[in-house]
Amino acid sequence: MSTSAAEAAFRKALEAPRPAEPARVETLRAEARQAFLAQGLPTTRHEDWRFTPLAKLDKIELGSPELVVTLPKNLPAGCTIAPLPSDSERSSLGVCGDPKRRPFEALNMALFDRGWQISIAPGTKLEQPIELWFDPRHGASHVRVVVEAGAGSRAVIVERHAGSGHAALINAVTELCVRRDAELSHVLVQELPESSLGFLTVLARQDAGSRLALHSIALGAALARVEVEARLEGEDASAELDGLYLGRGTQHQDHHTTIDHAMPRTRSRELFKGILDGRAHGVFHGRIHVRPDAQKIDAAQTNRALLLADGAVVDSKPQLEIYADDVKCSHGASVGQLDSDALFYLRSRGLGEPEARALLTSAFASEVLEKLPASELRAHIEKDLLGWLGGAR
Amino acid sequence: MSELVLEIQDLHARVDAKPILRGVDLVIRAGEVHAVMGPNGSGKSTLANVLAGREGYEVTRGSVRFRGKDLLALTPEERARAGVFLAFQYPVEIPGVGNSYFMKASLNAVRTSRGQPPLDAIDFLALVKEKAKQLEMDQAFLNRSVNEGFSGGEKKRNEILQMSLLEPTLAVLDETDSGLDIDALRVVANGVNRLRSPERSVLAITHYQRLLEYLVPDHTHVLIGGRIAKSGDRSLALELEKRGYAWVEAEAG
Repeated sequence: MSTSAAEAAFRKALEAPRPAEPARVETLRAEARQAFLAQGLPTTRHEDWRFTPLAKLDKIELGSPELVVTLPKNLPAGCTIAPLPSDSERSSLGVCGDPKRRPFEALNMALFDRGWQISIAPGTKLEQPIELWFDPRHGASHVRVVVEAGAGSRAVIVERHAGSGHAALINAVTELCVRRDAELSHVLVQELPESSLGFLTVLARQDAGSRLALHSIALGAALARVEVEARLEGEDASAELDGLYLGRGTQHQDHHTTIDHAMPRTRSRELFKGILDGRAHGVFHGRIHVRPDAQKIDAAQTNRALLLADGAVVDSKPQLEIYADDVKCSHGASVGQLDSDALFYLRSRGLGEPEARALLTSAFASEVLEKLPASELRAHIEKDLLGWLGGAR
Repeated sequence: MSELVLEIQDLHARVDAKPILRGVDLVIRAGEVHAVMGPNGSGKSTLANVLAGREGYEVTRGSVRFRGKDLLALTPEERARAGVFLAFQYPVEIPGVGNSYFMKASLNAVRTSRGQPPLDAIDFLALVKEKAKQLEMDQAFLNRSVNEGFSGGEKKRNEILQMSLLEPTLAVLDETDSGLDIDALRVVANGVNRLRSPERSVLAITHYQRLLEYLVPDHTHVLIGGRIAKSGDRSLALELEKRGYAWVEAEAG
């Protein structure tokens, strides 16, 4: 199947008859369907997809989707999960995002048949993370999550995509509505089998004084595209995005972030780090948009990549669009290899070369891992990282 | 006579195609402390780095035997495990690697190669705390990243701390005294002295003789133009301090 065949398969899925749904949902679906049909699958001629060709779509059988979902068993007080789509007045489905700009988001809205809204009541402070686990086993699955983080609430959501070894595609869209003064941490863990594809989109809208921390850990998949958009729509809102992406063999890890500073005194921080071995390809595209009159903005973006092999490649593209004048905006990118002085120092103390390399590589990653909010999760990811480093050569 | 620890014969080495060592001969026996002095650019640090096996230092002629074995055939980690320790002139900062974690991994790599069981975290911590105390090092340094943000003196103490954990047969000190104030110099020299034993040897490379007031050498050598131009006892170091190197250069021709 070529990408045009994949596109034909998606178009066919869009034409399939659907059961009747609440009017609002049907409208959202119809708009999304139109949006996808108008643009089709992106090619590398599309600026936002310049470094991410979709030829790997031909490795996946897109029909007969099979997706295993594990939802949290015991919900703490003040937290509810309701299936989507729903006609409930309180549904926040479609509040974030813009299908016209993102073809996979459009496909998701038009086609998702499984979804959940997680609502955290205003003022609720959750101690334990809420974990969702998606295990795509076959075909193309479209899944949607909406998080409604009530005013003054605090929560950690873990969205984990990990599978058991089948070539499948998952197209997940998560909407985060972060209300006034809420604090939300969203951890996106992508540990898909290296034969699978992941299109993972996180769309956030933040009210005044809210704080969002998004942590993306991308270890798996043949090709994964993580797309994040944080819209800072209230004064003093802040977004902190960080990510660690690992690639080996011919893996492709793409992070595409957009931070929209729509209001004054909003703040953003981005720290992304990539470790690439073999002929892996990493992409980081970081867009920072400061709207006119959004003064006193403080934004900083860093992308650093470590290349462990000559064949590994990283493309880094900062994109700053600043239309206000009183702003503090910085970006930096670096690409390098392991420090040979540090390597010699460790070896001169008796550590074998593979061990010394693994130690330095995990040290490079530690800056991102240290930011993970849940220590249990961090230990789990550190273990996976060490396993990855052991198998990287 | 005690066991031969290090035998350097006619050692030639170059860095970036530039010859630096041009026929070094040096024999160190068990229990001896040797000082190698010399002006800048005489090849002192090159000698230290060749002994430790650093990349980019190419041996073009001669041999180095460590306890009878060909040292130059070994990788840096094999040399460390065999009992050669280099205290770096410029210890490397390694952000993200915990100092204590690193030293435990290092000690256990060396122990395992010697057929000794690795130390567990509790035993290691007790050991490293004791050694740090001897060096008057704040324990906070154990929890920081390796050398990151350490002052010059703290870095050198950290080198000696690692040396005292690994208990090498041959310790090579590459200008360990540079950048130390007099108190730190005394602490560092005492750390080395504590390690002295009939089985251990020290090769102390230094530009100044003040280290040797605390770490008294059995033999002193002057390295000039990549060769040992003169050897003597402790008094040679004092003479160099007084008269400089020019007269040795003149004597050596």
